[in-house]
Amino acid sequence: MEVVYITIGVSVIIAIIFFGVFLMNLKKGQYEDVYTPSVRMLFDDEEKSKKQKQKDTINK
Amino acid sequence: MGNENCFHCGLETKDKQYLVEDKLFCCNGCKTVYEILNQNELNCYYDFERAPGVIPKEFKNKYNYLDSPEIVEKILDFYDGHSCVVEFYIPSIHCSSCIWVLENLDRFNPGIKNSLVNFPQKTLRITYKQADVNLRELVEFIASIGYEPQISLEDSVGTKKLVSNALIYKVSIAAFVFGNVMLLSFPEYFEIQEFWLEQYKNVFRWMNFVMVLPVVFYSATDYYISAYKGLKNRILNIDVPITLGVIALYLRSVYEIVFDVGAGYFDSLAGLIFFLLLGKIFQQKTYNYLSFERDFKSYFPIAVTAIDKDGKEISKQVQHLKLGDRILIRNEELVPVDGIMIKGDATLDYSFVTGESYPIKKESGEKIFAGAKQIDGLFEMEVIHEVSQSYLTQLWSSDIFQKDTHKSIKSHVDKVSKYFTIVVLTIAFSSGIYWYFADASKAVYVFTAVLIITCPCALALTTPFALGNVLRIFGNNKFYLKNAQVIEALTKIDTIIFDKTGTITTNQQKEINTNFIQLNEFEQQAVKTLLRSSNHPLSRIIYDTISTPISEDKIKDYKEVLGFGIEGKINDFDLKIGSAKFLGLDLDEINETRVYIAINKEVKGYYSMKNTYRVGIEQIFSDLYPKYELIILSGDNEGEKERLLQMLPPKTQLEFDKKPIDKLNFVKELQDKGRAVLMIGDGLNDAGALAQSNVGIAVSEDVNVFTPASDGIIDAKIINKIPELLNISHKTLTIIKTSFVFSLLYNVIGLYFAVTGQLTPLIAAILMPLSSISIVIYVTVLTNYINKSSN
Repeated sequence: MEVVYITIGVSVIIAIIFFGVFLMNLKKGQYEDVYTPSVRMLFDDEEKSKKQKQKDTINK
Repeated sequence: MGNENCFHCGLETKDKQYLVEDKLFCCNGCKTVYEILNQNELNCYYDFERAPGVIPKEFKNKYNYLDSPEIVEKILDFYDGHSCVVEFYIPSIHCSSCIWVLENLDRFNPGIKNSLVNFPQKTLRITYKQADVNLRELVEFIASIGYEPQISLEDSVGTKKLVSNALIYKVSIAAFVFGNVMLLSFPEYFEIQEFWLEQYKNVFRWMNFVMVLPVVFYSATDYYISAYKGLKNRILNIDVPITLGVIALYLRSVYEIVFDVGAGYFDSLAGLIFFLLLGKIFQQKTYNYLSFERDFKSYFPIAVTAIDKDGKEISKQVQHLKLGDRILIRNEELVPVDGIMIKGDATLDYSFVTGESYPIKKESGEKIFAGAKQIDGLFEMEVIHEVSQSYLTQLWSSDIFQKDTHKSIKSHVDKVSKYFTIVVLTIAFSSGIYWYFADASKAVYVFTAVLIITCPCALALTTPFALGNVLRIFGNNKFYLKNAQVIEALTKIDTIIFDKTGTITTNQQKEINTNFIQLNEFEQQAVKTLLRSSNHPLSRIIYDTISTPISEDKIKDYKEVLGFGIEGKINDFDLKIGSAKFLGLDLDEINETRVYIAINKEVKGYYSMKNTYRVGIEQIFSDLYPKYELIILSGDNEGEKERLLQMLPPKTQLEFDKKPIDKLNFVKELQDKGRAVLMIGDGLNDAGALAQSNVGIAVSEDVNVFTPASDGIIDAKIINKIPELLNISHKTLTIIKTSFVFSLLYNVIGLYFAVTGQLTPLIAAILMPLSSISIVIYVTVLTNYINKSSN
């Protein structure tokens, strides 16, 4: 049954890693604005890339 | 024609005057924005929402001060020699198109590295390279497309407050530990004498021991500090028994584990702290877009255009303005200091200060007070008071604004906790002494058990959950409170003071009196046609009152004299519409707004305009009447006295001609007589009284735009609900009191186990969360119920 040391140890370490990631993101401000990103992800990059292509062709 | 809407802002277009390609615009401003966006390949703007735009305001030369490096330095959040970070508050952010265009600013200038919108807070954060971008040009570009940033004096003085995440860290750590400790304690709950459990239990116990350390020494620190502060001031607040309980729990558990006599109570300890902190979080409902701390600094500009001795225009910081300086105030700018009008057109709107939105015309030589907003044109003035000594701002030098937390409300919990702590300590000691003689080995055990089980978790939780829930209910009704303590303070109020203009009257509508004018149909038609050309608010009101259709005839010789009136010729009518002075009438000063009309030099009469009282004002007063003492405190003259006396309950006290500082002192005098005052006001002139009163509530037509510092902000539309909201506060207090009784009952049950020496970790682990959760459910359900029943 010594395996219990390993299983509990591993599970606690994993839990602590996830918790650490959460704290890190909290510090980075991920939870400060929970609305804007939901709108931002819906914007297309199309226009931008079109413009980029135009620029690229001009440069060539 | 006439029914099509502006492609940019959605307003109705009057004629096809502004047409680009196939798109129709309502004004030149909207058209320009469209063209600018098109030019910078930002026209995707119109793809996300229909007519998302905002009509841009004129800002010519307004941002010249941003050329001065000294001022720019104060606005920047971060600067390392190359990159700058700046954050603007932009009130006009309102839809996804706004987010899109503001986040694609790099198309306008590639020197912009990154621009990020925080929609709930309406802020825009821009990172740019100083070498490539001029901040003034950048701000002017944003303003030209309708997103005028608010750059105020506040940005230049004082440090920005950083919102502390400490409580969130503390709760998340407590939650993490609570979950894991529960899991690791689980085997102990069933005292199965199994071989492997016996063998490994020390592993679980020592893991708990380590895990609980950050909770005891970090998460719970607020309680120790608060208890210490309380004891220092000789107050037994609720945190004293909590701290005692936590210490007893911890020491007892450490003892049990170190000497291998038991499992300890680490699970209960982590759970207790987790629940307590959760209550704290629940009580904190913050409204991102509202600010309860604003003073004049949030509204005053950071710099103005001054005129130096050689007549050159220079940017000067408002704080450096001195007596005798000459400054230039442009359209839409705020006058930051008291001064004397020298030359130009001064048409001032004092709505910031008084709530009255009618523009006032000032002649040269007249005094101009700080806080006025220039409506049209520009003028020059001489400073007679520095910014901190002006009529308006000297309010803030009053003591009431110096103290940070001037309103310390002694909450009901603290009153109860005083007796609670004494009783608990008495029981703990007497039962400890009893057991010392009966069975000395159990004396310490019983003593700590009493402290543990009486730790007033439920008692400490009921107030935050009840008040937090009511705070949210109020918020949903558009009544926003600064914090939960305000609800308790509301229940102690016995005197209510209302401001008049803007609070019980509305700015939106004016009551128009047409009894003093007689016009035939043709005259009416001509008047209406002429009024159509004017944008003045009074013109629009009269325009709406006249029902005849407008004539198709052209207006000749149209002239608008700012602040006075308009004139023009239509067919045979030579019209003059405006103030008495404009028409050359010599009248004594009157207490109401009048618009005179002259046709072919003959004065036909006048329209008079009165403030309308908000719907339901009489009802509010009669609902509040004998329960509270009611007072009206107005900065205006007595013109409306008779009307108010008729409308309001007989004993309402009416006070007129009060300056801002008088209002503050008036509240203070009442408080010295032992009154608890609720002040309801709206303008900056009420700010002193709002701060001085026990509870100050600001009334606002649009909560995003302007509110002076206060304890609460109420939407003007629900002002008639005030009696109801006060009632809910009272009922909430009753609920809290009954929940105290329940939590004490739980404590009595727990005490039975503790005093008789039967408190096992399992009983503690069940009883403590059970009491907390059931109390929380009780108060939440009941507060929701009283809200529903009062609707």
